[in-house]
Amino acid sequence: MSTATVSASPSLPVIMTLAHRELVRFFRQRNRVFGALGQPIIFWLLFSEGLRGNQLDYAHFFPGTLVMILLFTAIFATITIIEDRNEGFLQSVLVAPAPRWAMVLGKILGGAAIAMIQGLLFLILGALTLGLDSSSAEIALAVVLMGLISMALTGLGFTIAWRMESTHGFHAIMSVFLLPMWLLSGAFFPGGGSGWLAWVIRLNPLTYGVAGLRHYLHFAPQASRGLNAPGPPPLPPVDALPPLAVCWIVTASFALLMLAAAWRIAATRTTGDMK
Amino acid sequence: MPPVRAWTPPNAGNPAPGLALPLTGIDINTMPAIAAHHVSYRYGDRLAVDDLSLEVAEGEVFAFLGPNGSGKTTLFRLLSTLIPLQQGEIAILGHDLRRETTAVRRQLGVVFQSPSLDKKLTVAENLRHQGRLYGLSTSELASRRDELLGAVGLTERANDLVETLSGGMRRRVELAKSMLHRPRLLLLDEPSTGLDPGARSDLWKYLRQVREREGTTIVLTTHLLDEADRADRIAIMHQGKLVALDPPETLRAALGGDAITIKTERPAELAAGIRERFQCEPKVIDGALRLEQADGHQWIARLVEAFPADIQTITLGKPTLEDVFIARTGHRFFGDVPADAETSGKKKRKGRG
Repeated sequence: MSTATVSASPSLPVIMTLAHRELVRFFRQRNRVFGALGQPIIFWLLFSEGLRGNQLDYAHFFPGTLVMILLFTAIFATITIIEDRNEGFLQSVLVAPAPRWAMVLGKILGGAAIAMIQGLLFLILGALTLGLDSSSAEIALAVVLMGLISMALTGLGFTIAWRMESTHGFHAIMSVFLLPMWLLSGAFFPGGGSGWLAWVIRLNPLTYGVAGLRHYLHFAPQASRGLNAPGPPPLPPVDALPPLAVCWIVTASFALLMLAAAWRIAATRTTGDMK
Repeated sequence: MPPVRAWTPPNAGNPAPGLALPLTGIDINTMPAIAAHHVSYRYGDRLAVDDLSLEVAEGEVFAFLGPNGSGKTTLFRLLSTLIPLQQGEIAILGHDLRRETTAVRRQLGVVFQSPSLDKKLTVAENLRHQGRLYGLSTSELASRRDELLGAVGLTERANDLVETLSGGMRRRVELAKSMLHRPRLLLLDEPSTGLDPGARSDLWKYLRQVREREGTTIVLTTHLLDEADRADRIAIMHQGKLVALDPPETLRAALGGDAITIKTERPAELAAGIRERFQCEPKVIDGALRLEQADGHQWIARLVEAFPADIQTITLGKPTLEDVFIARTGHRFFGDVPADAETSGKKKRKGRG
């Protein structure tokens, strides 16, 4: 037997094919498209309208809503690993002679790509309704940062979902962990809160993703006052945000750490395969 | 546990007596498809596979037969590399399962009990993903896809979503999917579960074709006696142990005669009576007496004359695989299935029309 037959399958086609599968599945299930994009847009409208009196407006909530879209889409894309396992698809992937890291990366890249498509759609919506004031270089950097945030969140979703046996348990995690994580990322509260809350926000890696996007995405002044309400621009001054370099370092480390965690956990076998 | 006879592969080509095979010989014809030595596996406290050793020759159709909970599915997961080997050694086509996992996976085609097809994708898309996972090139993939879809009679359904196919068709796509990379050993876990008799015999027709054309060794698990009967050899499993290993005819012939079943209201008394009068040992199984004897028809007359009042019904049959199972284990084949194992098995099979 030649040695060529013993090597693992080439990684790139494995990554591409699994990522492609995620995209095809996502867009064949219309309710998932609506859930991931529709709910954050509704929240955006409600928060912005409801809290306009507190000097918070559409522009304030825009980066946070963008991150919420990335969060929802990324997380729901990776918890499909639970369905993959229960429906049997995952088993056939696990017994293939492909490197495990390539399987993990394929799944995560697919989820991140779905999140990015939704995020870009929302960015276009924001540019059309609020009038984006950023330079093209700033927009490009914001998109790269969105990519890192998507990778970090899909990695996080994968790590949480790998050992779960049903999607029911996931809803609990969503409400006690993921939604608070989003609320305490600077996406919602202006100025970062005070006391222990300020510390939680400072320790939350997602804070730096949201802050980075605030740096890059500026809106036309009249838009930041809300749809037609008068008043001073209530955006927190940019120098109150963490420095850009810190935003990049923390977000990139968050993404790398989550990828490593996903890879590690995927090397373990779960009771789900024993049934 | 009764001794399991050593078995020589039919295609091994017995060397002349005294001519020892070189130990390092990597003659593909003599390398077993599966060689398992003292394999055990436990889930916590429960021993699911108990010190199992056997060999499967290349080119065989080999069935692991046993009721739910007999350990055959655990064995299947071990062989398919889904769960790690705890104790013992397994070699697949000469590759060590522990150390040469990638080489083993290259040689294996696996059809799981739960369907592994993505229902939201088309048949062709499912096959393309599988081909990529096994490193097939685009042209290889296309020709192999057409060839296999033709072989299982689904060429026209290539661009249909899997969720629109019937259960039998899906199982045929699974078969095509598992054969895409030309595995030398095909493993199937309960391949007929959820299929109607027509789809079941279709599946076997395609399995045999695949084996004819590609020389693939076929190893399956089953809890269906008639399905095991189609195999060249059967390994009967009970409570994690191998209790018999032979061709189906040999297993039946070993019972040496006919199977007589007597229904009675007082099985213990009748068994004692028969024992005393005829010096033979009837078994009491689920309130009925069973007796294996040559010349069963003469025994019927003798028994009815001797115990006219005790016998409600008496039947005579040629031994079936169930009789073999009873003879080897003292249990009815389906009699000792725990209720929860049965229902969880059913629940898992949902969505497989």
